[in-house]
Amino acid sequence: MSFFLETLFGGLMAGMLYSLVALGFVLIYKASGVFNFAQGAMVLFAALAMARFSEWVPLYTGITNPIVANLIAFVGAGVVMFVVAWVIERLVLRHLVNQEGTTLLMATLGISYFMEGLGQSLFGNSIYTIDIGMPKDPVMILESFFEGGILINKEDFYAAIIAAALVALLSVFFQKTATGRALRAVADDHQAAQSIGIPLNRIWVIVWCVAGVVALVAGMIWGSKLGVQFSLTTVALRALPVVILGGLTSVPGAIVGGLIIGVGEKLSEVFLGPYVGGGIEIWFAYVLALGFLLIRPQGLFGEKIIDRV
Amino acid sequence: MSKKIGDVILDVKNISLSFGGVKALTDISFNVREHEVRAIIGPNGAGKSSMLNCINGVYTPQQGSITFRGKTFSHMDSHQVAVMGIGRTFQNLALFKGMSVIDNIMTGRNLKIKSNLLWQALRIGPAQREEEMHREAVEHIIDFLEIQAYRKTPVGQLPYGLQKRVDLGRALAMEPQVLLLDEPMAGMNVEEKQDMCRFVLDVNQEFGTTVVLIEHDMGVVMDISDRVVVLDYGKKIGDGTPDEVRNNEDVISAYLGTSH
Repeated sequence: MSFFLETLFGGLMAGMLYSLVALGFVLIYKASGVFNFAQGAMVLFAALAMARFSEWVPLYTGITNPIVANLIAFVGAGVVMFVVAWVIERLVLRHLVNQEGTTLLMATLGISYFMEGLGQSLFGNSIYTIDIGMPKDPVMILESFFEGGILINKEDFYAAIIAAALVALLSVFFQKTATGRALRAVADDHQAAQSIGIPLNRIWVIVWCVAGVVALVAGMIWGSKLGVQFSLTTVALRALPVVILGGLTSVPGAIVGGLIIGVGEKLSEVFLGPYVGGGIEIWFAYVLALGFLLIRPQGLFGEKIIDRV
Repeated sequence: MSKKIGDVILDVKNISLSFGGVKALTDISFNVREHEVRAIIGPNGAGKSSMLNCINGVYTPQQGSITFRGKTFSHMDSHQVAVMGIGRTFQNLALFKGMSVIDNIMTGRNLKIKSNLLWQALRIGPAQREEEMHREAVEHIIDFLEIQAYRKTPVGQLPYGLQKRVDLGRALAMEPQVLLLDEPMAGMNVEEKQDMCRFVLDVNQEFGTTVVLIEHDMGVVMDISDRVVVLDYGKKIGDGTPDEVRNNEDVISAYLGTSH
């Protein structure tokens, strides 16, 4: 029993991180109707910025307190992501108002390659570490309930809390504020949104900026777990089935989708793996997403849009 | 039924617009007076929607100017137009399909929302009162358009005629001074057309909103508008009261289809 729970917790933690990346996709999709292929590149870019800044700050300013240095690095990386959002709006999105979704999708594909390249030429292409002082030691919990308790990773636990807070914040923003409503309006119809005075350009900068910050948090947590390197971009591929499962338009969907996939991967690997020869973790998410596309294409929580024929 | 028609509020001068080799509009001038119902009519492809899109800032005309409330522009900016108080509806519905009727109309209040994001999120104090105030205004519009029963329905599920009303409601929520209506009655049955006519006239009379509408059903237009501009092949061929226009030979031939 305690082994099962350990696996379950491990899955939930991994799922939380998928959710964070998936959230970036959902945010931009909700607010501009664009499926943003560059989300993975943004995670890499933000993580690289964060990693290098936290290295440079003590080096050039003499601030040795790791908390202050990390804070400065985080803010610095946040500013970088704001600049990225602003530049993307200026140079790309502004010229594509009222274009088809596919056109915008292709544009983000271009942005993705560009950012991967630029990120590595600006910040270097080795493997870097982000040390935000997360405790790495595992901890035993619920010892009174089970023989030997459950072993969980403290780092994962904190990461999950950060992710949960971020998600709560964003849900409130989208569902409860007038700005959130304006963002949803822009996603549905650019022209109509403009006609009632919603400033498209500002909305896009806001959204890409928020997605940039989400990418930064995701990149920071992944980076502190696994180190910052090019393979971070593939994390985005993992988040793809998450958004399909949860629904492209739903913030809670990204979370639940991420958790289901995280847990599903781990449990199926551990309990089904031995029977089919292992490796389930690699394809589980994609097969699940495929199944969902067949039976419920809008995902668990996505808006079902009925087109009149 | 007494309404005062005021001074010129919107003055369109010598507008020309072409897409590559296609001349959509050639040297069009006309004006709109405050509180009037001004119609732009013409056969299909006459350039009516292009004209509206120039006023609305969707298209940038190659020549000409547009004067609104004494300010002259060579081209309009969509956002600025909304800020100045010009609202519009769309010929092909452009509603926010995933959102409910209420939320759609609430988006029309966007420019009027003043409280900042943090307060909105926390729903405290002034932000809460403001939201309630806007909600009340929206309820008023919903009553006016007689769509109370569909408040929470996602607009994508409503029949066409009702979607047109929601489109109008969203524009009304801006409390515009000038309302541009792009074929508000297109594709409607007789009863729906009558309802829509009534709404347009009520908006005009109760709120004093200036209405510029495009329509190609002559019958409807002649009944509700004060003055009519007639376009054909991107040129202005008539301008005046419904009676004047009805007796204009160019207009008659355009509608009856003599050879050009």
